[in-house]
Amino acid sequence: MLRYLIRRLGQALLVVAGVVVLTFVIMRLVPGDPAVAFTGPKATPEELAAAHRRFGLDDPIPVQLLDYVRDLLSGDWGISLHTKQPVRDDLYLAFPASLELVGTALVIAVVVGIPVGVLAARFKTKFPDIGVRLGSVLAVSIPVFWLALALQLVFASTLDWFPIAGEYDGELDTTSPLTLWTNITIVDALITGNWPIFTSTLHHLVLPALVVAAYPTGVIAQMTRAALIEEGGQDHTRLERALGFGETSILTRFALRPALNPVLSLIALVFAYSLVNGFLVEAIFNWPGLGRYAADSIRSLDTPAIAGVTLLVAVMYVLANLVVDILQGFVDPRTRAR
Amino acid sequence: MTEAAPAEVRLRRTLPRIPDRFAALGAVLIVLIVLAAIFAPWLAPYPADQLNPVEAVRPPSGAHWFGTDQVGRDVLTRVLYGGRTSLFIAVAVLAASSAVGVTLGVVAGYAGGWVRDVIMRITDVFLAFPALLLSLALAMVLQPSVNTVILALAVTWWPWYARLAAASAASIATRGYVDAARCLGVPAPRIVLRHVLPNSLTPVLVQLSLDAGGVLLISAALSYLGLGAQEPTAEWGLMVQEGQTLFTTNWWVAMFPGLAIMVTAFAFNVLGEGLRNALDHRSGGARRERAEPASAEAAARVVK
Repeated sequence: MLRYLIRRLGQALLVVAGVVVLTFVIMRLVPGDPAVAFTGPKATPEELAAAHRRFGLDDPIPVQLLDYVRDLLSGDWGISLHTKQPVRDDLYLAFPASLELVGTALVIAVVVGIPVGVLAARFKTKFPDIGVRLGSVLAVSIPVFWLALALQLVFASTLDWFPIAGEYDGELDTTSPLTLWTNITIVDALITGNWPIFTSTLHHLVLPALVVAAYPTGVIAQMTRAALIEEGGQDHTRLERALGFGETSILTRFALRPALNPVLSLIALVFAYSLVNGFLVEAIFNWPGLGRYAADSIRSLDTPAIAGVTLLVAVMYVLANLVVDILQGFVDPRTRAR
Repeated sequence: MTEAAPAEVRLRRTLPRIPDRFAALGAVLIVLIVLAAIFAPWLAPYPADQLNPVEAVRPPSGAHWFGTDQVGRDVLTRVLYGGRTSLFIAVAVLAASSAVGVTLGVVAGYAGGWVRDVIMRITDVFLAFPALLLSLALAMVLQPSVNTVILALAVTWWPWYARLAAASAASIATRGYVDAARCLGVPAPRIVLRHVLPNSLTPVLVQLSLDAGGVLLISAALSYLGLGAQEPTAEWGLMVQEGQTLFTTNWWVAMFPGLAIMVTAFAFNVLGEGLRNALDHRSGGARRERAEPASAEAAARVVK
């Protein structure tokens, strides 16, 4: 197991190194002079030259890459061009908000997706199964940005059941200010017992979380169904059936636990996917997360900020894959051989 | 198998296999959508970019089934023409990424050794980014256009085909007929072209139909963000963005192009799934193998 761990960690490090290089290359592709973007169009030649020196833009490319890696390692992720703040500080505020949104969405996806998958497997090829299969394919086929607009129109603008946008009511910042611990608003509100902000955040979370949850719910339901049906063909199922267990209890008492193994891996992977999918949703619901930050960065051609977001999400993705593989290695020793 | 198979079975074997009703539904929908896009100039009730400010933002009616947008263009006409752009992007992305991916993958799989290691480590790096993120980052730094979307998505997508093709090429390279060809002194490029490549294509073709829906959704998202097709081109994602500001008062401008994306992605997804199931049944134990230890990898292929 230790050897497997070390090999898997080594692979992950190699991939992260590649990710850093690829991010650097993408940033080098940006047309125009980053120094101009930083100093503004009216800068004097002296100011431009100073900016060039400051960011090392006159150095050879390999030296710039080395500098970039050294800065990243020492925690310097550059200065955002549009907020003028260190990118790391910006991410430190934006990432928890995204985690809050995606985390809530994944809870919804698991709570809905797994039972729905069990239901489909229990009534395979019957009406509930057809409904679940159609519904789950539909859920992964909806463009998130469009679903976000549609839910906003129906449940916020027309019915007025939920707020249109934002993370919580802005006026609560003055009436009951929030003490930050984790930067995840809903967690901080819970820890500090700040009920006005807690309920307001929950209320604001419903619509965007439902939109982000659509895709993971669909794939989790599909995977649960497929894995359960797979288990249904195993010898132990035949034995249980021979012993007189009913179909429902075979599914829930015996088949579900081994079937959840692939579903767990799926959850970790779908987490990173939803983080990016959430970008589009955050922009529409004005959620103060990575997506809104990325959208603002795109608009102002803010390369350090874009690089920061890209790198952070890619590293999260590598981590998610690593966690999946390590968990699989523990649960199912056969995977270690690969 | 000494007796002749019954006529019905023989018929089933020769007909392209339609595994279930869902897949059939998907296939029919795709044929209809593609025909609608090809014949858009004849089907569309109005000329493509006819402006008519007097008739701006009219709700759906007999004259304008899907209503009109803020400059009075017929939304149904734009949805039909938009299908041309959106489908063209998806097809171009799949063609480009599978061409590059299969070439590199077959070379990697047949050559093995360090060639395979290098190519696979490169695919690892690309696969370390969620597809939407990598294409987003690439599209951001290039000039927004249809070609940018195609390039960004193709760069993102080829590693999937490289891995698939490498896996099947590696298994085919060990077959007897490949050994035989090698012993006869057939040069390696010819073995790859004549024997390995054609036999490595089936899983790639299935994956292509599974991916079409995802590519369509991501390209629509990029256009929606303003990184792809530009006004006055009709493209579904772009049309949703154009209708977004009007959405609360005039829902139809953004509603119909969004529905078009959803129906098309749905059709591709059910068709792809049907094809995959058919292939799994034909190759017997393949499905079981994949559902056990390799399940994490199967999961990774679902989530891109």
